[in-house]
Amino acid sequence: MYGFEPSDEQKMLLDAIHRFTSNDVRPAAHDANEEEILPRDLIEKGWELGILQASIPDEYGGFGEHSSVTGVLAVEALAWGDLSAGMAVLNPGLFALPILLCGSERQKQEWLPQVIEDEWEPYSAAFVEPNFDFDPNDLRTTAVESGDTYLITGEKVFVPFGEEMENCIVYAQLDGSTQGFIVPANSPGIENDGRQSLMGINALPLYKMRFDQVSVPKSNRLGEAEGHDFEQILAASRVAVAALGVGLSKAAFEYSRDYAKDRDVFGVKVAQKQAIAFMLAEMATEIESIRLLAWEAAWMLDEGKVEASKYAYLAFTGSIDMAMLVTDRAVQILGGHGYIREHPVELWMRSGRGIAAFTGLAVV
Amino acid sequence: MIEFEIPKPISKQRFLLQTVAEEMMRPHSRYFDENEHEIPWDYINFMHQAMQSMGAGALAPSSQGNGKEEPPKGKKKFPPIAYQSLAYMLEILSWGDVGMYLVTPGGSLGAAAVEATGTDEQKKKFLSRFNQENPAFGAMAMTEPHCGSDTSSIRTSAVLDPDTNEWVINGEKIFVTAGRISLEEGDGLVVIWASIDPEAGRAGMRPFVVESGTPGVKVTKVEHKMGIRASDTASIVLQDARVPFDNLLGSPEIPKKETKGFKGAMATFDATRPLVAATGVGVARATLELLKELLEQRGVTIRYGLPRQKLSSVERDVIDMEVMLESAWLLVIKAVWMADNSKPNSLEASMSKVRAGDIVTKITQKSLEILGPIGYTRDYLLEKWFRDAKITDIYEGTGQINRLVVARNLLGYHGSQLR
Repeated sequence: MYGFEPSDEQKMLLDAIHRFTSNDVRPAAHDANEEEILPRDLIEKGWELGILQASIPDEYGGFGEHSSVTGVLAVEALAWGDLSAGMAVLNPGLFALPILLCGSERQKQEWLPQVIEDEWEPYSAAFVEPNFDFDPNDLRTTAVESGDTYLITGEKVFVPFGEEMENCIVYAQLDGSTQGFIVPANSPGIENDGRQSLMGINALPLYKMRFDQVSVPKSNRLGEAEGHDFEQILAASRVAVAALGVGLSKAAFEYSRDYAKDRDVFGVKVAQKQAIAFMLAEMATEIESIRLLAWEAAWMLDEGKVEASKYAYLAFTGSIDMAMLVTDRAVQILGGHGYIREHPVELWMRSGRGIAAFTGLAVV
Repeated sequence: MIEFEIPKPISKQRFLLQTVAEEMMRPHSRYFDENEHEIPWDYINFMHQAMQSMGAGALAPSSQGNGKEEPPKGKKKFPPIAYQSLAYMLEILSWGDVGMYLVTPGGSLGAAAVEATGTDEQKKKFLSRFNQENPAFGAMAMTEPHCGSDTSSIRTSAVLDPDTNEWVINGEKIFVTAGRISLEEGDGLVVIWASIDPEAGRAGMRPFVVESGTPGVKVTKVEHKMGIRASDTASIVLQDARVPFDNLLGSPEIPKKETKGFKGAMATFDATRPLVAATGVGVARATLELLKELLEQRGVTIRYGLPRQKLSSVERDVIDMEVMLESAWLLVIKAVWMADNSKPNSLEASMSKVRAGDIVTKITQKSLEILGPIGYTRDYLLEKWFRDAKITDIYEGTGQINRLVVARNLLGYHGSQLR
């Protein structure tokens, strides 16, 4: 059957997230991004919603069942509040979910409970590389076999919480395909080249890092000796990033709609002018259609459908263009006021362009 | 629950319809495109028989039983899927040949109007003709020479003759899809929108069933069109045409001067817009599939999963078109799912029409661009689908009118606040 309504449990989660984003995230977002600091207690508060915990089965310390659909709903709702804050709250998932999806039983038992018990900790992942045509399936970071270990060498960028993380997953090319490796952050050979300055998501601390023959026991390869299917993680990330775009775009659409309804021009409201009304209609239609595509891809992942990967890719690619269109239009609708940093739309546009480059920074 | 599983009855139906599309439609597409106004009787008779045996006399949900009847003892009640079924049916038949789909017997937009605005008795009375031995057709007539989008400006009038208790209708309608076939081939009907009170503007608009054979009703013209040439697009003149009082669709009491009539028209559109959107998706899908096949034959495969920077321009275009196609289809599905679940779907219905009109235009235009001199010839059906596609963004509410509907919905505006 078709169905388009969240379950009661999902609704409860979404209500809780909405209270958090409305009451806590939105008031803090502007300053956080201007000052490029995310208050730790804000992240903790988001952590208390238990989103990651709810997607991990109880044999690993969680209380739920993994669902990409639920994940997509949660990501959308958090992104609506603020992309940096949302990504920060979910950041430990970059470490935990690949282990849940692709780790060995031993790896799951060892790591999952510690990630999700108690407070938020900056578990993270090193995924993106500094090439204009970055290809997750053709990484330049390599893992070379050496006795009982792998030696990882390469450059990564956009590593969230790179300075304070204690453990992360590093993705490298091994024998022609991408694999993930659990790497302690204090391993010799890891250099932190400093926090990056980006166009958007300014409150989220992202780092440039170098790996110089970092030695990692073979047992730290996700899936251990057999390795794992990277495509699953990649698809889960693409769908998540698509959802970031949807949530962000919804925020931009609503803000510009409300502005247009309020603002006077030529004796009527701005929203009563066809050019503006048509922009809003097109924005909403684009958002809704890509949103449904992201939901469909997430559902296919949950159901193990053969084409899930392809649909995750389509949802992601659609979201790139949708988020750019919508956030750009939101600024345009506010006119000069859209260009001023006092209103959030210009931040959302700066972050909106980033969707194209954020694969690896969210996972459902 | 959020889920995207195609309901089993629809899966089964799809298989049959796919065969119809491939064997009864495609082989004859070129012929009926070039011989405009010849009627595809083989297809029509086949569909009539098939629909009779499937128990679907009219292409309208009430005759398919919108899950409202009691299920056989012991069987769990199946959730309503009548509009979803229709959407799938229309998508596949349009994938086959949208012009031919438009002459499928069974009432089409005329039946949809009866369904959306008629009383239960009227539905029984007027829709039963589509379940008889011979095929019959339905149409809806709104547009007039001087007004299309501005439906409340219609001048066709309906005046009650109290002596005979008949409505006397005068006026001219143009661009009536299936207008000729509905009035002249078989025992069909046209739903004519007329005003019972010209001063009242849109409040005076009402739908009237005009049955085939009514004196004073004449098909005066059949258009020559860019596409959907198997379907007739007719002008109809009504000169003192008389119809029984009960042919006024809706409540039988003397109609009051409120906007019920106009809202009735809009309710019809909420039902039909996603279905028209579905036909657009069908044409788009046919185009994209053939494009990919022709490219594949020429050594161009689409490498999904690559970052955009590594894709060729053609791969980029194809992937973008796939996104457009699938996302547009999901909007259609959501809109018809809402109709099936009795949720008001004005917003979603118009959204689906906006998007489908857009994407079928873009997909057909881009595909022909990519295929250069190969796609441009009449050797392939592609150029026909390009021509067939364009009307999707025009009829059943232009893309611009549908944007207005979407915008009004999103902004909470009445028609007078946003024109």
